[in-house]
Amino acid sequence: MDSPAIVPATPAELAAAVTEACATGIALEVVGGGTKRGIGRPDRQTRVLSTARFDGVVDYDPSELVLTVRAGTALGAIERLLAEHGQMLSFEPLLTGASGTIGGAVAAGLAGPRRVSAGNVRDHVLGFSAVSGRGECFVAGGRVVKNVTGFDLPKLVCGSWGQLAVLTEVTLKVVPRPRCTLTLWRGGLDEARALQAMRMALGSQAAVAAAAHLPARPDLWPAAEAWPTAEGGATASDEGAVTLFRLEGFGPSVEARAATLAQTLGATLGRLTDSGADLLWSLLRQTRVLEGRGDALWRVVTGADPLAACSGLRALGARYWLDWAGGVVHARVPVTVPGPLVRELARRSGGHALLLDAPRDYRLHTPARQQEEGALAALARQVRLAFDPAQILDPRRFEEASS
Amino acid sequence: MSIQLPAIDPAIVARRDRVIDALRSLVPDGVLADPVSLRAYECDGFSAYRQPPLVVVLPEDTAQVAAVLRYCSAEGIKVVPRGSGTSLSGGALPLGDAVLLGMSRFNRILEVDYDAGVAVVQPGVTNLAVTRAVEHRGMYYAPDPSSQIACSIGGNVAENSGGVHCLKYGLTTNNVLGVEFVLMNGEVVRLGGRALEPQGLDLLGVVVGSEGLLGVVTEVTVRLLPKPAATQAMLIGFRSVEDAGQCVADVIGAGIIPAGMEMMDAPAIRAAEEFVHAGYPLDVAALLIVEVDGPPAECEHLTGEISALARARGCASLRVSRDEEERLKFWAGRKAAFPAVGRIAADYICMDGTIPRRRLPEVLSRMTELSRKYGLAVANVFHAGDGNLHPLILYDAAESDQLERAEQFGNDILRACVEVGGVLTGEHGVGIEKRDLMPVMFGETDLAHQERLKCAFDPAQLLNPGKVFPTLHRCAELGRVHVHAGALPHPDLPRF
Repeated sequence: MDSPAIVPATPAELAAAVTEACATGIALEVVGGGTKRGIGRPDRQTRVLSTARFDGVVDYDPSELVLTVRAGTALGAIERLLAEHGQMLSFEPLLTGASGTIGGAVAAGLAGPRRVSAGNVRDHVLGFSAVSGRGECFVAGGRVVKNVTGFDLPKLVCGSWGQLAVLTEVTLKVVPRPRCTLTLWRGGLDEARALQAMRMALGSQAAVAAAAHLPARPDLWPAAEAWPTAEGGATASDEGAVTLFRLEGFGPSVEARAATLAQTLGATLGRLTDSGADLLWSLLRQTRVLEGRGDALWRVVTGADPLAACSGLRALGARYWLDWAGGVVHARVPVTVPGPLVRELARRSGGHALLLDAPRDYRLHTPARQQEEGALAALARQVRLAFDPAQILDPRRFEEASS
Repeated sequence: MSIQLPAIDPAIVARRDRVIDALRSLVPDGVLADPVSLRAYECDGFSAYRQPPLVVVLPEDTAQVAAVLRYCSAEGIKVVPRGSGTSLSGGALPLGDAVLLGMSRFNRILEVDYDAGVAVVQPGVTNLAVTRAVEHRGMYYAPDPSSQIACSIGGNVAENSGGVHCLKYGLTTNNVLGVEFVLMNGEVVRLGGRALEPQGLDLLGVVVGSEGLLGVVTEVTVRLLPKPAATQAMLIGFRSVEDAGQCVADVIGAGIIPAGMEMMDAPAIRAAEEFVHAGYPLDVAALLIVEVDGPPAECEHLTGEISALARARGCASLRVSRDEEERLKFWAGRKAAFPAVGRIAADYICMDGTIPRRRLPEVLSRMTELSRKYGLAVANVFHAGDGNLHPLILYDAAESDQLERAEQFGNDILRACVEVGGVLTGEHGVGIEKRDLMPVMFGETDLAHQERLKCAFDPAQLLNPGKVFPTLHRCAELGRVHVHAGALPHPDLPRF
């Protein structure tokens, strides 16, 4: 689109822009930090609506574990503020790059490693203010954790990719930052055993915060310094595949739980150095564990059968790693593999797949997200129309381009 | 009665016999129509308001639920779903022209995957029964509303129930992975599932806590957790409510999220102690009951840190449970608080609002003023960890206007909660009890956005009418992008 971005300064201006869009029929693409613009169909003929001027903290009371912040505020700034008070966002938003905003993190609803124990983005959004596709300003939820007043619209806007409403303000539940973090690893497990080990870990008394499994084949790893380096000098790469377990909490508890975990798994576990662990988990949060080679990056959320997803991906010649103890698999899949095949293996595992990145041509013909299906499709359509009857909030984002 | 119920449609009542016959063909052994049976369903835990339903239907499988809803849709008959009927806000209050759909026959646990920590249960299973079914394998279901012996999982889903341990483990919505859900048109859908992220919109997220207004839950998939190796409780007395509240802030500020943190004020402490003799100190203004759980090393560390913080805050008394028996004793008084208060008054209403914790002293002194204004006593039990307040207003229904004064007292408390930045309900739900207060918290446009969600699920508005929204607009009216000034369409249609 040639038209310049719309950059409203207030909710009223934003509402006016949406109302105008309803009148002209020109769809709007909401952009915060632009870190996820690569997810979705290219060339959608939308006009950019920027949240850049919705910046700043509205209210923060650490002892209430509640933070209210304008939607265009950079995550970096939020994380720094929370860290100053010994707190953090527990869901580790994914793919936030350098400029990601909290509004984008909530709208995308993509959580990082700690999601498996701490809950998803939606479990931490308490309330919001927004402008709907009707051009109306409205609020939903509240500023306290314990709230069942009216419908839980905050759950609905999480993961709605800016297609229901444009967030202007978000209230989040924040949590204490752990005093200690320790990442343990076990080498050389094949996928089946890794999945079993991670499940056992999560079901044990070790209170594991995050669990991931990284493939063997060191030639695929970005750089030597990214390799998990174990205390005592051994490199995890020496052992092939690496299964990671992260423990968090108070020092004495973490040590006791490390022993419990080793006992539960019946194995000696290596310990990563702090810097090695930080780097590794950061790579997981930015989905940069395996470098691209002109292939497609898929996020396969698995269901009851993660192993089926793994064998399916292997058969397609994909390289991949597991997070959420197998609950999500990020895969680099050759572009010769059509999207439906990836979606089919995701379905067989009980889940679904999101296309995070790919060459432009591939993205033109592969819907990034498969939305609701079957009986749900009609219901979801009614819900979407309730918020955006004129369908001007980026309705084509997840459609396939007509050839 | 100060809360209006929707007007009963005489045309439906006139067709009652035909309706009963039709329902009997759909659910052969599960239709109750005689007055005595109907009276058993005429109210839920919000017992000041009662109305016998048109008929009671007790389906036993999803197909029957779908058939009943399809029939009611075709005939324009309202439906009120009911779990165990323990709602404290009138969520399952019947209507004289509505079918009361009881889910109690859905009482089986269908599947448990211990490795994955997941259970699939029917909505009529009680909350505690889920834990009982899996505890032999060292697992449990965390959300624990105080009515857990009786309340149903389906009801928990409808209300997004909490409980003492939701501070650490979340509410029902944070522990439900998926539901099977029947829409008013009879369509059966599955929301959520085993995947940890929804494929499209998080419809599961809005269904939890939707108070029976969007559909009927027929199956629930829940998350199970490993039972903590150790659990300890602490009983901490303070000479002022301010000190107790500040101690709570100190604990959270130190980065500790206990499994539970409860507070009782002096009237509640006294009533509880007289009833169960748990050994509560009677010379304190506020009592904190704090629970920690996890591996023994974790509990030991936490009780040490919390004790230090409490002492630094000048606590009047401090006890840490030495064994399970003592831990249960610490909790006995808190768990008996409501019936204990029930002993000292003819009747009581239990309010439910959430406030930012730091505003508690202010809200409590406002309550003292209101208590004087209305001439009624009040005792307080407080989920201190998350700011959820349960004022218990004592009254005598036999005295002419005491119920009305108690209701107004309660409403004023809720207004105060919203004024200090809180919300109308933390766990009991809006139901009919707080329906008319919704405009205190939400503007017209805010409510319209919620009501449109209702229209998307139930355009004919047949599910649980008269609950949650004070003025349910017609869907066509809400559908317009611009609201026209002037006369409302269909002026002859009843509005309530």
